[in-house]
Amino acid sequence: MDTIQTSIFRRRIISNLFAGFGFLIILFSLATLLMLVAYLLYQGYPRLINAESGFSFNWKFFTSFPSRFPEEAGIYAAWVGSALIMLVTSAFAIPMGVAAGIYLEEYARKNWLADLIEINVTNLAGVPSIIYGLLALGLFARQFHLGQSIITAGLTLGLLILPVVIVTTRESLRAVPDSLREAAYALGASRWQMIWDHILPYSIGGILTGVIIGLSRAIGETAPLITIGALTFIAFLPPTPLKVDPTFPFFQVSFEWLMAPFTVMPIQMFNWVSRPQPEFQINAAAAGAVLVFMTLSMNTIAILLRYFLRRGIKW
Amino acid sequence: MSDPSSLPIQEPLADSVPSRKRLFREVRERFIEVILLLAAFSAVATTVAVMLVLITESAHFFEQVPILTFLTGTKWTPLFEDPEYGILPLVSGTLVTTAVALSVAVPFGTIAALYLSEFCPPWLREITKPCLELLSGIPTVVYGYFALLAVTPMLQYLYAFVGEPLHRWSPGIFPEELGGFNMLSAGLVMGIMILPFVSSVSEDAMRAVPVGLREGSYAMGATRFQTAWSVVFPAAFSGISAAYILGISRAVGETMIVAVAAGLQPNLTWNPTDSAATITAYIVQVSLGDIPHGTLEYQTIFAAGLMLVMMTLVFNIAGHFLSKRYREVY
Repeated sequence: MDTIQTSIFRRRIISNLFAGFGFLIILFSLATLLMLVAYLLYQGYPRLINAESGFSFNWKFFTSFPSRFPEEAGIYAAWVGSALIMLVTSAFAIPMGVAAGIYLEEYARKNWLADLIEINVTNLAGVPSIIYGLLALGLFARQFHLGQSIITAGLTLGLLILPVVIVTTRESLRAVPDSLREAAYALGASRWQMIWDHILPYSIGGILTGVIIGLSRAIGETAPLITIGALTFIAFLPPTPLKVDPTFPFFQVSFEWLMAPFTVMPIQMFNWVSRPQPEFQINAAAAGAVLVFMTLSMNTIAILLRYFLRRGIKW
Repeated sequence: MSDPSSLPIQEPLADSVPSRKRLFREVRERFIEVILLLAAFSAVATTVAVMLVLITESAHFFEQVPILTFLTGTKWTPLFEDPEYGILPLVSGTLVTTAVALSVAVPFGTIAALYLSEFCPPWLREITKPCLELLSGIPTVVYGYFALLAVTPMLQYLYAFVGEPLHRWSPGIFPEELGGFNMLSAGLVMGIMILPFVSSVSEDAMRAVPVGLREGSYAMGATRFQTAWSVVFPAAFSGISAAYILGISRAVGETMIVAVAAGLQPNLTWNPTDSAATITAYIVQVSLGDIPHGTLEYQTIFAAGLMLVMMTLVFNIAGHFLSKRYREVY
């Protein structure tokens, strides 16, 4: 009787110890995340906060070009470059990814073509990002003569996040129940009318979640853009997309900026990390803090969106 | 009013209006379907383009360097006066950092997954799972910075206590002190980065284990730990191993952490305390210089890239088959 009791007691202790260990591991990972963010803020705050003018936010860091002098160097060219590249990336990846997702989920019959595309999508998700850089170097930059430009970078990152957009589009389309499709067909809607007017509006939240996660990944990508040959020192902005013109219609849209050379936030940070002077590490930390803030807030939006969508819709 | 003469005129009119509309609608539907198919086909086109670019560019390389020399050479110095093209030092660097990363991500990821799926109260899982996902959302260059400037000094500090006796015991394996660039710190940080990935995929596999199995185990008087370890883990193992393999392929392809924290010196070594370059770090290093198109050094990055793709492809295919197998179990 006694031995059974001790055996139960011992096994329970082991079980609880394991649970505690598992909990500790999760705590440890989250602590690492916190430590990383805290470390960046601690190292980078001299550049982010202006101590002279009453601890106000240091906007100069955001509006200065890189410089040989660490105190004067900023991330102007980098964040503008990142923003423009994200524009190209979303203009390419969102329509392509959503269209591909719709095809695979709503149109594709069970045949070899659908299987081939399916295998390729899952396979592409596992291709290392630097390989996309080599692809872009060989294909976009050399073959298509797009050079080391914003459009090359945008297309590269677009290809990179395409699998993410396709997979999440499919998942959110799959979540819409078939009765909705049948109801639309019953009223005489064609397949496309059914998708465009009924299925897409219901799944737009899920698609948006995937797009945000994909873009937050793209904004932090460094390796493929270095491979294309992104410049690490740029002291000018690309030409403005909208030019003021005295004649009608007063604004001139120009696409010159697409062919401009670029740098992005992660490359700027990498450049500063690899410099020997310790002053530049402060800049690197400050740029890193901005970068982490951007990606974490995008991820948080995506997570909240997913959470509330799952709550809100009950079929 | 029935006018017989109007009938032949009215009939085709009444019929042709909807049929023309129907034709237009049919054409539009076909058109949209073709466009969507083309978009979906972009995935296939990308794969084909990747292989085409890598193979055509490295074909020139292999015309000048025999494949056997490339695969078995122990020196990688393509940028020196006297270039040698043996990929092994880069492969060893890649494998060592991957091994260090996996020694963090696999055990910790598995235990975290077991905890989340078997022990954790649902409300806590609801909070911790997305928080863990944030770990893999951090840009890798930030992880590289963290590895170089926070983790390496910390490891050096710890190593100061154990390094000296270890060095006396075996100077070949343990250096006197830990260098500023080492694969250990890069690998550890990389392991933390891929931990949520491993734990989330293996947790999905564990959740797919039918509740009946767990209930059977509990009915026999097993504790939660016994159920998790002896019932759920083996039942989900093919799915979990797929998670491991996908983790490997991610670690092999990881670039910025190793480029920043592990050093850029190709070094044929299996010792994680050494500095070494990985395949990806080499590609980054060469790309940072202005490489002239068509030279042999330009083509080395494509040859190295081809090697990398081959390595990840093997792991991806293995992972695909493993995850397919576990889906068929239940």
